[in-house]
Amino acid sequence: MPARVSIFVTCIVDQLFPQVGMAMATVLERIGYTVEFPEAQTCCGQPAFNSGFRDEARTVARHTLAALENCEYVVVPSGSCAAMLSHHYADLFPASSQERAAAAALTPRVFEFSQFLTEVAKRKEVGAKFDGAVTYHDSCHALRELKIKDAPRRLLAAVQGLELREMDAAEECCGFGGTFSVKFAGVSGAMARTKLDSIVRTGASAVVSIDSSCLMQLQGAIARAGLPIRTLHLAEVLAGQ
Amino acid sequence: MSARFDQKISETLADPRLQLAIYTATGRLMSHRKAVVSEDALPEYQELRTQASAIKRHTIENLDWYLEEFERNVIAHGGHVHWCRTATDVADVVLGIAKQRGARLIVKSKSMTTEEVDLNERLSHHGLESVETDLGEYILQLMHQTPYHIVAPALHLTRQDVAKVFEDSLGVPHDIVIENQTLTARGVLREKFLNADIGISGANFLIADSGAVTIVENEGNARLSTSAPQVHIAIAGIEKLIPRAQDLATFLKLLARSATGQPLSVYTSFLSGPRKPGEVDGPTEFHVVLLDGGRTKLLADAEKRESLHCIRCGACLNHCPVYRKIGGHSFPWVYSGPIGAIITPQFHGLDSEPALPFASTLCGACAEVCPVKIDIPKILLELRAEVRDVEKQNADGQLERAAFRAFAYLAVRPKLWSRVLAFGRRLPVWPLGPAGAWFSERELPVPAARSFRELWKERQGR
Ligand code: SF4
Repeated sequence: MPARVSIFVTCIVDQLFPQVGMAMATVLERIGYTVEFPEAQTCCGQPAFNSGFRDEARTVARHTLAALENCEYVVVPSGSCAAMLSHHYADLFPASSQERAAAAALTPRVFEFSQFLTEVAKRKEVGAKFDGAVTYHDSCHALRELKIKDAPRRLLAAVQGLELREMDAAEECCGFGGTFSVKFAGVSGAMARTKLDSIVRTGASAVVSIDSSCLMQLQGAIARAGLPIRTLHLAEVLAGQ
Repeated sequence: MSARFDQKISETLADPRLQLAIYTATGRLMSHRKAVVSEDALPEYQELRTQASAIKRHTIENLDWYLEEFERNVIAHGGHVHWCRTATDVADVVLGIAKQRGARLIVKSKSMTTEEVDLNERLSHHGLESVETDLGEYILQLMHQTPYHIVAPALHLTRQDVAKVFEDSLGVPHDIVIENQTLTARGVLREKFLNADIGISGANFLIADSGAVTIVENEGNARLSTSAPQVHIAIAGIEKLIPRAQDLATFLKLLARSATGQPLSVYTSFLSGPRKPGEVDGPTEFHVVLLDGGRTKLLADAEKRESLHCIRCGACLNHCPVYRKIGGHSFPWVYSGPIGAIITPQFHGLDSEPALPFASTLCGACAEVCPVKIDIPKILLELRAEVRDVEKQNADGQLERAAFRAFAYLAVRPKLWSRVLAFGRRLPVWPLGPAGAWFSERELPVPAARSFRELWKERQGR
């Protein structure tokens, strides 16, 4: 088993949800990995890419490619940022460029957290405990770009004391969408509330996802609605003992 | 964002009845589709999508060839082909035929292409009465509205709405029973069918090797429109071509399933040429009007050309969480939803609504269900980049550009990045500008006291 993994925590976890990064490191260490944090990392550049600022996205992508150059495995607590690293970096550079080659070399080394646990570490469970019922929100890029559907569910279902309840609109977007959430705030908020209705119907006390940006969106809407529902990143659930 | 776009969105969001109508109707179409494309119901579904996508790619890349083949075959069957560059050209062709025939009354079956060129309006200026015969379209015509959805034009209306329209426009008693409403419309439309001089239809497919027009529908009105009057005119965009009749085996399996969740539509008509000697019915004249209307411009664009693969099934609209909130009439053109969002700027220019490519979370639900696998999110991203290029030239969007320049500047300087963000996290209102928009709908996240990298450093130091 490779003993070392590097983590790319994403800007949002670094700045707003550091406990998610810590939880991810805790789980990885618990199952026997040495965790490294390449310090030059900042953001994957997706905000610029999705906003149409290709030059700025390229600048950030070049930096990140260099920062992760020597990592054997890059584990990311986000499906969206993992997809940016593994799928979209290549789109940013011309076919025969050095950067394209670097992006192609990075692609097979990038894993979203639940993907890494199930596909590389081959874990069915990680010795976690949780008391209560949760429901799982499929984040769009994890689901549709990385095809991650079962892995987080299997890991959750294996947590001792945890009951996993499917919601009817699990695959519907939470409405975040980066700058969409402020450019089209009304639409974004309405989408979040539709998602919330589905979460509420499950009766679960927490909603779990593998993307902190979706959770930030849902948390904001939950707090506004005054609902007693927690938002948890998968890593936080799996770190619990 | 244009004031119109902004206002239409707000109005739609603020109307709970409309919200429910859109969400329920699209939700129903979603679940119907899901049932018929499941692994059990149609094991070859993904394979069919791959085939359909490949056929469309091949056709669009060789469109000149197939268009000519189609024309030859239409003529061989005794039909006429008219090539139109613009909407005005289409109206002129129809007016010319009507004049020659001394026609007054036209019956029309559902066609987005005729909506695209605003045909009814143009014809009415010349004293021609053109009646929509699809039930939904007929209701909308009475209400002077455009289609809300490319497949289900009156998706936003409830039967109460319809009862009121019929009462106001036709003077019939208020009746909310759908069967009775259908009977009312049927009574009016039968008269029109029998007296019409010309029938106008769209086309779902134009088949090159047989010169035939294929129309799928559920109400039978297209079949009547194209066979009862003496003249049939089919109006279609040039991208509707498919090479061979046998390709329908792929497309027909996908179209109705994706659109309404039916294995096959109720009626599938193949129309090739006018009535032949010895045949007892059918039109005596058969015309196909082929519209460019901006399509050849797309052909030249290798990155986004696949926008022309669309078979107008409407699945991307039904599955789009944004369409499901803002509805069809918020969009700047008759094509709404994800497909509208990618073709409107390509047909009419980015400035027709510069915010349109940004009105998406890039969730990818559209591409996941598209039967011809159009990568809509990728095209939206291309369009966003194009909007930025235009802005650069005309000095628009400077604030956002400056913000992203600063973002990129900091993101490649990790130490400075950390210091600036650490400062930012401590600001009372974080971050100033967009925070207000966020807060209008949601509570703001409480920034962490210390970043991950600070915590990590401390932990490693232990
Ligand atoms: S883009 Fe695809 S899903 Fe949308 S209407 Fe066209 S064919 Fe259907």
